[in-house]
Amino acid sequence: MEEKDIQNELASIRSIMERSSKFISLSGLSGILAGIYALIGAVTAYFIIQSNPTTVTKRTSLFEAWGNSVIIILSLIAIAVIVLMASIITAIILSKRQAKRKRQPFWGKTSQALLFNMITPLITGGILIILFLYQGIGEYIVPIMLIFYGLSLVSASNFTFGDVKYLGMLEIVLGLIAACLPSYGLLFWAIGFGVLHIIYGCMMYLKYDK
Amino acid sequence: MNNISFDKLDKAFENRVRLQIMSVLVANERYDFNSLKDLLNITDGNLASHLKALEKEEYIVVHKSFLGRKPNTNYEATMKGKQAFKEHLNTLEQLIKLQKHT
Repeated sequence: MEEKDIQNELASIRSIMERSSKFISLSGLSGILAGIYALIGAVTAYFIIQSNPTTVTKRTSLFEAWGNSVIIILSLIAIAVIVLMASIITAIILSKRQAKRKRQPFWGKTSQALLFNMITPLITGGILIILFLYQGIGEYIVPIMLIFYGLSLVSASNFTFGDVKYLGMLEIVLGLIAACLPSYGLLFWAIGFGVLHIIYGCMMYLKYDK
Repeated sequence: MNNISFDKLDKAFENRVRLQIMSVLVANERYDFNSLKDLLNITDGNLASHLKALEKEEYIVVHKSFLGRKPNTNYEATMKGKQAFKEHLNTLEQLIKLQKHT
């Protein structure tokens, strides 16, 4: 056995261990695009709120606001849902492409483990947001989104690139700060889901997409 | 000197597929037959024969169960198997060091 053969053997072992236990087919590009969708969504939301300044930006409860601004609240929810769906669809398409390149099954043991670990905190946070909306506690919706999204990233990071853990921690910290400054919710939302995703997406793209 | 090291290489891992199977089972608690097949990109028969060989060496154990009506076969590395894998890697490492000196 030549030295090169042994090196190859060791490299193949390392790659198979990684591919068998981690979903490494996430694409940095999907992070960048998700960040752009979020920023577009945030700007749209800003103009909608500006067009009717008596509502959610103020510290009035959503329940009070409900009466005179159903349309605004519904359109903000619609924006969030559209951004979420667009990001998920983009991530699926790009990961499928990447999985082919990295010779990893797209829907297999690793992607299932990744999804399960993400979905548990996300559904918990989602239910909490619905409960808070019912109670009319609008100011904590953005912090809850950021914190539970961060938790889902930390919990998923064992099944994909380890860097995702740090993104998760940043989202959690940002969410906690947002909870202290409830009137800047939209700004924190734009930073957490827009700016951080774009920065992280670029880093991941340069590091792993090649 | 070189020959002694080569003798230490585990015969069970001479085959690339077997070494790959062992790598997966060391990195994961359990792995099922179909996921292994997808990951290694080999045929049913090929994978089954290598799994049998590793089972014979007592490097892996088989867990058979049913998922609904479908049979679901999981594999797990034994202590003996993990030990052998580790030693095999150590030997490979030593071989590299040896060849760097000569």
